Amino acid sequence: MAASCVVASELLQNTKQISMFFPKTSRFIRRISTSNLQCDKQHQLKTNSASQQLVGVVGLEIHAQINSNTKLFSGSPVRFSAPPNSLVSFLDASLPGTLPVLNRRCVEAAVMTGLALNCTINKKSLFDRKHYFYADLPAGYQITQQRRPIAVDGTLTYSFLSGKKRSQVIRKHVHVKQIQLEQDSGKSLHDDVRSQTLIDLNRAGVGLMELVMEPDMNCGEEAAAAVRELQLILQALGTCQGNMSEGQLRVDANVSVHRPGEPLGIRTEVKNLNSIRYLARAIDYEIQRQIGVVQRGETVQNETRAYDSKSGETVPMRDKEGLQDYRFMPEPNLPPLIVYEDDASLPSGIDPGQAVVVQEIKEGLPELPSVRRERLVQTYGLLPEHSFTLVNEDGLMEYFEEVMKGTRREPRKVIGWVTNELLGQLKQRDLSVSQSPISPAALAELLELQETGHISSSIAKQVYQEMWNSPGKTAAQTIQEQDLGLVSDVAQLHSICQKVVDSHPDEVCAIRSGNTKVLNKLMGLVQKETKGRADPVLVMDILKQKTS
Amino acid sequence: PKVPKVPTWEAVLEEQLPPADLVDKLERLALVDFRTKQGLACLEKAVRFAGQLHAVDTSGVEPMDSVLEDALHLRGDAVTEGDCAEELLGLAERTVEEYFVAPPNIPLPTREERSAMLKHSEF
Repeated sequence: MAASCVVASELLQNTKQISMFFPKTSRFIRRISTSNLQCDKQHQLKTNSASQQLVGVVGLEIHAQINSNTKLFSGSPVRFSAPPNSLVSFLDASLPGTLPVLNRRCVEAAVMTGLALNCTINKKSLFDRKHYFYADLPAGYQITQQRRPIAVDGTLTYSFLSGKKRSQVIRKHVHVKQIQLEQDSGKSLHDDVRSQTLIDLNRAGVGLMELVMEPDMNCGEEAAAAVRELQLILQALGTCQGNMSEGQLRVDANVSVHRPGEPLGIRTEVKNLNSIRYLARAIDYEIQRQIGVVQRGETVQNETRAYDSKSGETVPMRDKEGLQDYRFMPEPNLPPLIVYEDDASLPSGIDPGQAVVVQEIKEGLPELPSVRRERLVQTYGLLPEHSFTLVNEDGLMEYFEEVMKGTRREPRKVIGWVTNELLGQLKQRDLSVSQSPISPAALAELLELQETGHISSSIAKQVYQEMWNSPGKTAAQTIQEQDLGLVSDVAQLHSICQKVVDSHPDEVCAIRSGNTKVLNKLMGLVQKETKGRADPVLVMDILKQKTS
Repeated sequence: PKVPKVPTWEAVLEEQLPPADLVDKLERLALVDFRTKQGLACLEKAVRFAGQLHAVDTSGVEPMDSVLEDALHLRGDAVTEGDCAEELLGLAERTVEEYFVAPPNIPLPTREERSAMLKHSEF
């Protein structure tokens, strides 16, 4: 058992070496190694109670920047890039004499997110101060909700594709411990040359939702799938734009290893993860690293580590001098935040602009990704893994629905074109769906031509390739130019089939004596003659006639 | 009566004083230097003074954390402030191209290092 663990780490070493020599394949290899070695193996081992293998345990802390016009406690604007310190009010700069005033939109955003994750919304929640000294925190404390956050006790349900053909949809749950409102800090740029730090407070005071999750996950793939699902949910709600590279969604992973059944091991915190792909890789690397440490008999240090995307390793960050003491205290300038269950529970005479009503928000929730997937399965009769892919790729669902409008072909026959042919080509060229040179209408035209019998399926694939090579031409143009139309002229087909039959007497004998599979070989020869344009159904009939 | 009429505290024994490394930690967190034995004695008195609160029985009483009686006011999401970079930067001693300048985060030096640095100072 220990041996296979060593094999696992050796394999990781080998994949690293391979990826050094063949950089393009690294992505492929790494994906295979993480999904096969980590999750599946660990799940197998977990069910075997007698096993002594170390498994990874992952808990996520996610900070989502609230999509609002102004900041959490001040009326200064929220924007991604702007001249330094131009989006800063006196409160954000923490000048004396300023007081925080809560932004209603941020409260609504937190309630919406809590409802979408099946949380209990605390009708009364409280604000606290969390103290620590850092140059980008001008007040010396951050206003957060440590004692009683606005939402608690929810579930994030996520899925990912697994199995040999990635056709099995595996569903898992993560327990959401709480969602709290808090302030973002400013940004610090370290100038090591002149030994100074430059501070930009544009981001200071922006509203954040901190989502704390229980350590219910075991590997990078699960964490990545959970974050992806959360991204889709937040984007559907409009409460956060979820762009990890712009810092709108920040994920920190708490990683530890232990043997199933035993208490949790010492955890490290992995930060500086600005894409879902890096998140998965960093977590898997860290799990392997910790397994190595434990197996060598050493102890894992409780530290903060950063992910270095170039080397694929986690490295220790600035040391945090052991556990921090944040000296939490109630925020004296903010009374408790009250939200109301429904209109009936509103106190009389209250200004509606001052009342956040949970029932109203619940009724106004947009279609969530899980509901959307179900709808696609119901409406189009798709398989779960197809609707998963459609919803997972930005814009792909809309593309598919557009194509369906333009053709009468069955959805199940169209889906393969969208999720395999189109998506495959886009991924190879690193394009997004919106950048696709083939419009939904163009693809619909091609499929309609196939549906109405103008071209065969193999020709359709050929024309599709041509459409990628010369984006201006429509399918119809290509078919006409290269004379790829289906040959249905019976007389012509008869003569071709006769030719093939006459030149292959052995095969004809085999067929006559019962080996009907040889018919396919003859069919192949006919197709070669007609350059793939023969109507397969007709040809099969004719061949059968001629060889009976 | 919940509050005793006569002080009921007892002197704190030497062993019960905060240990030296805890004092170090407090100094680093609060960026305050207790510096001398007198400073520590002052800290001890302050802790003891605050400790009198434990003598009061508060079971069943919800702690009051704010004197505010009005409900929390919710603000609409419209831009009303910001765009005063010049004014704010004018308050800082050092700025570099519209950024505030802060010294890099150096943790408080250890007590020995501090004593060495302050050897020649009047304090």
